[in-house]
Formats: sequence, structure tokens, C-alpha cells
Amino acid sequence: MTIVAHELKASYAFIERNFFLTRRYWGWEIAFLVYSVAGALSISLIGADQGSPTLLLTLMVGAIFWNYLSVVFSWIAETISVERWEGTLEYTMMAPIRRWSQLLGSVLYAMVYGLVHTTVILIVLILFFPQLDLAGANPVTVLAFMLLGSFSFVGIGMIAAILPLLYVERGAQMTFVLQSCLLLVSGVYYSVEILPPWMQVLSHLSPATYVLHGVRAGLLKGTSVVDLFGDVWPLLVMGVVFIPFGLWAFGRAERYAKRTGKLKRVG
Amino acid sequence: MTAIVLPELKNGSGGLPSQPTQPVASHRRDIAVPALLIEDASKRFIVGRKRKPVVAISHVSMRLERGDIHGILGANGSGKSTLIRLISGLLTLDEGRVEVFGHDIVRDEMAVKRLINRVSVDAAFFKKLSPMENLLFAARLYGMDGTRAKREALQILARLGIGANRTTRPIEQMSRGMQQKVAIARALLTSPTLLLLDEPTTGLDPRSKLDVQTFIEELRETHDATIVLTTHDLAEAERLCGRITILNDGRVVAEDTPDGLIALVASRLGRPATLEDVFMTFTGRSLDDDVEEDESESDD
Repeated sequence: MTIVAHELKASYAFIERNFFLTRRYWGWEIAFLVYSVAGALSISLIGADQGSPTLLLTLMVGAIFWNYLSVVFSWIAETISVERWEGTLEYTMMAPIRRWSQLLGSVLYAMVYGLVHTTVILIVLILFFPQLDLAGANPVTVLAFMLLGSFSFVGIGMIAAILPLLYVERGAQMTFVLQSCLLLVSGVYYSVEILPPWMQVLSHLSPATYVLHGVRAGLLKGTSVVDLFGDVWPLLVMGVVFIPFGLWAFGRAERYAKRTGKLKRVG
Repeated sequence: MTAIVLPELKNGSGGLPSQPTQPVASHRRDIAVPALLIEDASKRFIVGRKRKPVVAISHVSMRLERGDIHGILGANGSGKSTLIRLISGLLTLDEGRVEVFGHDIVRDEMAVKRLINRVSVDAAFFKKLSPMENLLFAARLYGMDGTRAKREALQILARLGIGANRTTRPIEQMSRGMQQKVAIARALLTSPTLLLLDEPTTGLDPRSKLDVQTFIEELRETHDATIVLTTHDLAEAERLCGRITILNDGRVVAEDTPDGLIALVASRLGRPATLEDVFMTFTGRSLDDDVEEDESESDD
């Protein structure tokens, strides 16, 4: 119990530190929010231009919820790169904490940050498109898929966090490659059915595919979570498989970095 | 200049303390557990496209008793920082073993991490965060609650000459010397029983250097801390360290008290000697060589 309490305290340290960083970089946070809102609006306006409320909502959901998943993914993936940039990585690695508590803290903060960020974008878009009728939407389904999506994205984020550990100079940038591949195959702005068959196979391996399908069904048709079980179980399985795998892979990468001296260098 | 290696110095009055030939665990009932025990530690790195192995630490053995301040001297690239990183668990050993208060750094990793902390030459922080925010983060990682951490952080910072009014602004607005003091406060906040100071005063102005040195002396008097200090400042080593190990090309070439080393070299040179003579005798280079190397590295 004491060990768990100690580890949870350590997790809280990362939540608090990330909050402090967000607070200090408030100017950048506003700029990022403006960027995200402008991006979501630009994409949604394609639907408005076509005069199709369904297309508008489809694109809007894609833009908003891809933003959420990207934010969660980025915070987790940057767990290492931020510390490498600041030069604090060795101190954090020396601390008597388990790696899961570090990643748990990063994940929890990422989810809260992502929810706040996404809510602001959602409100702006609803105000911008007053013609949208969301009366039949099922908010429980939307929230459930956001949380399930975060859960399944954690493992992928952990795997992405390995890259800055192994590749000192360009590791952080390499996480963008992974992110863009997920964007390509997950049906964010189009149906996965239009993808070539081999890409459709990959789309089944991306949690974003199921999250977006679930959110769209909940928002456009008011479908309940129970009726979307076909999208729920893959997300649960991915979380259960990817998180332990991510932790295992991170541990292996950390040992490799300690053997080769890669913790020392500042990128 | 070729290094003058004197293997005979490893025995006798100027040599290494005798190492136990059996595992330490079997001795624990009979002798005091050393604060730090390094036995036959070696570390190589593979570098370059030809994957050439470079020996950073070669068969190093050391033993520190509780409360010691033990200096490690050596030229740039002699393996001082690598040795500190090995003790810190930031690098894995290729051979040998390291124990901290009887805990093996590999088998009892968490126990060792709770006992040690480190201050390196570069005061690494989240630069946009304040000293207090940085210290709070570090303290929580070591299991301290926020209220206690803030109270003790203020006390330590005050002792180091940093008032409460300076603890809330971004650390990037502080001078290099002030940042280094905060780095020392960060290490002390977690009450380490083994403190690893890797060139903590390098680059500091004379006043800041004196502050830090005085503080280290106070630590010896008031805290139950054992300190490993690497430094290029020989006066600092002479002032603070009870024993000194000299590393050259990753190997221990001498270990004794400062007076013991000076006496040994004086007898060899046939004239009164200083710690600089000791350094030159065992590393084959003067401090000026090191300074020039430092400057050319910064130019690069």
C-alpha cells in the first residue's frame, strides 16, 4: 500500500509539473488553441461549402476528435523529449519511481488537457455553425468513446515516447510520422471504405478508427454505447495489449539507453 | 604528454584500501557497511561508424565509509562523470559491481535510488518554472508531500543565500551561480545519504564557489551524508576531501588523503610538492592543458 501511495504521489508530481508548464507557457497555449480552432473550422467549412449538414458534422467530428487524440498522443510521446530538451532527463530517471507512475501522470494530465482543449474547440464550432442540430446526440456515447480512445492511445503513446529515448536528435520529430500514419488510415475525414484493401487492414489496427466511428454514431444518430459494442471491444483489447507492451518496450529502451549512454546527451 | 602510471602506488601507504575478497554480504555482521563500495567496475562505449569500443572505466575499485567526503580528480575524459553516472544507475556496468550502503545498484535499484542524489556541472531545470516549482516536482518524486517540501526548500535556499522572494520567478532569470545553488538545494531536499557532486562549482564566480564549498563543509558537520566530489579545482579538493582518488584513462592511478598524496609525490620529486604536482604526476598533464582543452571544446 505504501509503495502504491508513493507511486501515486509520483504520478501526481508529473500532473502538477505539466500543469505548471502549461501555466507558464500560457501565451503558447492560446496560440495553439487558435491554431487548433482555425484548423477545425477550415476543415468543417468544406462541409458547409458543399451544403451538406451530414458532411459538415462528419468533418467537424473528425477535426475535433482527431485533435483530442493528437493532443493526448503528443503529451505522452513528449514525456521524454521535453525532459531531454530541458536536460532534466537524468534526474527524473534517477528518482526512485517506477516508469508506469511517470507515464500514468503524463497520461492523466494529457486526458484532462485534451478534454479542456477539445471542449473549447467544440463550443467555438457550435457557435460558428448555429444551424447544426445536435438535439439527438448522445453525449454519454461521445464521452465514453473519448475515454476509451485515450485508454487505447496510451500504449501507442508509450511506444512513441521510446523514439526520443533512442534517437537523440530527431526522435521527437519521428513521433509525427507515427501520428500522420494513424491519421491516414483511421478515417478521420473520410470513410475507411475508400482506402485500398491493404490500408483497410491497417485501419483495423488503429484505435482512432473505432473512436471516430463511435463518436460519429453517438453525435449524429444518438446511438448508445451498448449498440456500439463492435467498436468498444477492439478499443478495450488494444488498451489491454498496447499498455503492457508499451511499458515493456519502454523498459527495454531505457535499459538500452543506459547501456549505450544515450540518457546523457541533450537533443 | 605521456601519463605516468605508478601501479605500485596501489599498495602500501599510498595505495588503495584493501578490498574484501568475499561478497560484502558475508562480512556485514563483522564490519561496518561501507557507504559506497565499487568493485572492479568497468564500462565501455561503442562509438563511431566502425563501432570501436572505447574504455571509459577500467577495473575501478573504491570504498567510502559513512561521512566521508571523497574527491575524484582526473583530466577531462578520465572517466569521472562516467563513474558518477554508473553509481547513479544512469549507466549499466559491463563488469564489476557497486553497492550503496550494502544495496546492490542492480538488484536493489529502488532502495539505492532513495539513498542517493546528484548535482552535475550543468544545473538542469525546467527553465520556465520557478525554483520552487522545480523543487516541488523533485521532492514529490522522492515521496515528500507538498507542504513539507516547500518549508524545507525555503530553509535550504535561505541557507544558500536565496531569499523566498526569488523562488517564484522563472529559474531562467537567475544567474548560473544561483541556478547551481538551486540544483544543490534540489539534491539536499531529498535528504540523500550519498550525495554525488559532479563538478558542482565549475563555472561559478569566486563568491558563489565559496558559498557552495562552505555549504558542503556544513553538510559534513551537520548532516549524515557521505559525499563523492569530482572537481578540477585542486584547492577545493584539498579543502573539502578526506581522501582523493585520481583517475587517468578510466583507471585508478592513486588514492590517499591529500596530505598522503602530496607527501608521496614530494618524496619522489625530492622537493616540496603541491596537489597540482600530484595531479601532474599521476595524469601526465597540467591543469593548463585541461583548461585549454575546455576552451577549445567550447569553441567547437
